[in-house]
Amino acid sequence: MTADLVQSGSFEQLALPLFDQLYNFAQWLTHDRSEAEDLVQETFTKALRGFSSYKQGTNFRAWMYRILRNTFLSSRTGLEATATTQLDLESASAPVPETVESETPESILIERSNHHLLQASLEELPVHFREILLLCEVEEMSYQEIAETLAVPIGTVMSRLSRARAALRDNVRGKLKRA
Amino acid sequence: MACDQWLAKLDTYLDGELSAEEMKAFDAHVRTCPQCAAQALARVQMKRAVHSAGQRFAPDPAFKARILQQIAAQGAAPAKAAGRRSIWNLAWAFPVAALALLMITVLVTGLSDRRSQQQTIASELTDQHVATLASATPVDVVSTDRHTVKPWFQGKVPFTFNLPELQDTGFELIGGRVTYLDQVSGAHLIYRIRKHEISVFIFPEKSLPRNLPSNLPAQNAFHLVTFSEAGLRYYVLGDTNPTDLEALAALLRRAASS
Repeated sequence: MTADLVQSGSFEQLALPLFDQLYNFAQWLTHDRSEAEDLVQETFTKALRGFSSYKQGTNFRAWMYRILRNTFLSSRTGLEATATTQLDLESASAPVPETVESETPESILIERSNHHLLQASLEELPVHFREILLLCEVEEMSYQEIAETLAVPIGTVMSRLSRARAALRDNVRGKLKRA
Repeated sequence: MACDQWLAKLDTYLDGELSAEEMKAFDAHVRTCPQCAAQALARVQMKRAVHSAGQRFAPDPAFKARILQQIAAQGAAPAKAAGRRSIWNLAWAFPVAALALLMITVLVTGLSDRRSQQQTIASELTDQHVATLASATPVDVVSTDRHTVKPWFQGKVPFTFNLPELQDTGFELIGGRVTYLDQVSGAHLIYRIRKHEISVFIFPEKSLPRNLPSNLPAQNAFHLVTFSEAGLRYYVLGDTNPTDLEALAALLRRAASS
């Protein structure tokens, strides 16, 4: 068996279990099925081609998500999405701790089981907030994995995550008021 | 520490990212502070809601199959090229023939070993089936919904698989757990038909002995059906009649190839 075959076998073994999750992440980023398919296809092609540069023993999942995200950011949709995002997300002042409410957006949301409202609230978030929430809450990545995926320090992960959660709660609150 | 200081760290606490010492201190505080406990509960509810709402999109099966095929084709390309060269280079003919003779000898002498290996697999899976059903908590993910059971295995086993739609088939999915066979991790699913429990074990094909027959010897009134699909080896085992096992195997095979 050639070295190439050994490597491609390992790639399939490592990458295929991530297929469905990567696709879900891609469609959340692109908002479009056909663009998500293109993005996933390009990600797998790039990853297979660049598998020799992947360091065995390091975090393969973070490596795959980083390829997908970088591919998205360099696409037309990605460039448009980031152009409309606030650039100094991390430099703004720290969020003010919220006052304790008896009826929180979370409790109302759960009470009403409003899945669609939450999905719409997530969709409206700027891409930097949307992606970090998905990596943390859906993919259940550690801060370290998120830092590797987004190529940012852990401190940035924590502050961005905090802002993303606050923004999501604001979105939910706004939608609940209008509902 | 005042509550607003605890609340500032609440998300990091719920993400499990505080140091062990801080986690312990936070646990103790939440148990004694109703205000922080209420906030923690609300945030946990939101985390769960986002987790569930975020799992929204699934790839089209045709698209997925196309990409998997492409990956396999790209990965196999260098081997095909190497194979063509060796066929046309006659200098390889004698060493290849000698190697083939040697392999035949090894294969013939290895046949009895393989038979005993198959017997061992059948015994081990039967033991796992019986031990699991005797346990107070036979499954780690309890659900009749294949869309709940399948994602539960993500990150726990080094492969993914499809589960069949069971409506009007008489079979019911009970749940699943992670299992091991010869140090290889795999999925163990429990199905039920007419009060009979059936175990379905799934392992990566390449980690297991090759050329297994479609039916393995029965062990103490248990029957075992096995097949391979999409690089995975399935074992369907139970004390119900073999026709039921074949029917479930056919459903699993169809789902795996879709």
